[in-house]
Amino acid sequence: MKHLISPLDLSVEETEEILTLAEDIARDPKKYSHVCDGKKLATLFYEPSTRTRLSFEAAMLNLGGSVLGFASGDNSSAAKGESVADTIRVISCYADIAAMRHPKEGAALVAALHSSIPVINAGDGGHQHPTQTLTDLLTIHSLKGRLDHLTIGLCGDLKFGRTVHSLISALVRYTGIRFVLISPEELRVPAYIRKEVLQKNTIAFTETENLEEAMPELDILYMTRVQKERFFNEEDYIRLKDKYILDTAKMKLAKDDMLVLHPLPRVNEISVEVDKDPRAAYFRQAQFGVYARMALIMKFLEVEAC
Amino acid sequence: MLSISGIDEGYVIDHIQAGKSMDIYKYLKLDKLDCQVAIIKNASSSKMGKKDIIKIQGKMDLNLDILGFVDDNITVNIIEGGKIVKKENLTLPQTVTNVIRCKNPRCISSIEQELPQIFKLTDKNTRTYRCVYCEEKFH
Repeated sequence: MKHLISPLDLSVEETEEILTLAEDIARDPKKYSHVCDGKKLATLFYEPSTRTRLSFEAAMLNLGGSVLGFASGDNSSAAKGESVADTIRVISCYADIAAMRHPKEGAALVAALHSSIPVINAGDGGHQHPTQTLTDLLTIHSLKGRLDHLTIGLCGDLKFGRTVHSLISALVRYTGIRFVLISPEELRVPAYIRKEVLQKNTIAFTETENLEEAMPELDILYMTRVQKERFFNEEDYIRLKDKYILDTAKMKLAKDDMLVLHPLPRVNEISVEVDKDPRAAYFRQAQFGVYARMALIMKFLEVEAC
Repeated sequence: MLSISGIDEGYVIDHIQAGKSMDIYKYLKLDKLDCQVAIIKNASSSKMGKKDIIKIQGKMDLNLDILGFVDDNITVNIIEGGKIVKKENLTLPQTVTNVIRCKNPRCISSIEQELPQIFKLTDKNTRTYRCVYCEEKFH
């Protein structure tokens, strides 16, 4: 039995298999509409995350399965003081697979260690969010046709943004990858990502504060939101939140086939006028998220289309 | 000069980096033992300048992983009949369980107290240990 706790739990080959399956699902979703008949997904969300939870639930429903679970810790046995280990032991009796979101780092691993059903980490605090990474990889692979030989700009909060750290860690396994890290000084990628991931794998990267200058060379621009909850000081947040706003003027500097990705939700870092640009891929990315989760559920439940 | 007699049966933990003996005393839970334990601090050493030594009179289940985690240059002499019968070589253990605690307040182990505190060796060269749950580095 497999669990998915960190994006690197999946080898390049396993990732490839999931992406291939997800792309086939995207081509012909009907073929897969009953592969999980009679199967149940438990969504154990100790903190609210409507988008991720609904994406998982949509994925299971699309496969013909059903879903059960809770949407916040307040409504669950956690409020009575039950441990994650005990909860997952009980849920293992009710469902065939579980997706767990928890505010504490490492919670999904604890669940996996005590579970008799596959556990998918749907986000553990600021730590890992592997299905977002799979979604990002699927979006790039589907729309670009490859995961290698790409120049990827990551823009915004590169310090606290876990999606950025996970995406970097997943992409360094492919050849010809180059990163342009665009952030204010205060929100630079942490030193351990530079040293233990980028430099260790001899990955080319540059750091800049200037989005306009970086635009022309990018194949992918991955925008992120500056998250208010990460700041202790409101003044710093207000000063940094409007540092990068992607608008049509900046889009004019980009290649014709560049893609804009964003894990969503956005606040104001991508102007709504950009939504009409065919290079804006962030809403398609949300759709790819459902396909990625469908493929992952199928792999973990070991079901196949007839 | 301070003089501490030899032991008939037990352990001499030698070449401890000066100042680290109390850490070892704590990690090995030597305070729980009934037998005689001598802690020698700042003993002179030709190799190290200063070193600490711990002598334990009596048999116990000595956790070599803990000693390796504190400092793999430590030497452990096993004494029987007043003589050294074995010298244990220490290595950095791959995992350390319930010796150190994760200090990350965002870690699941900070709220679920019954979880074992497990750290994994992630970089031998820099002797880096990380919490298995949240991957926070142990300082």
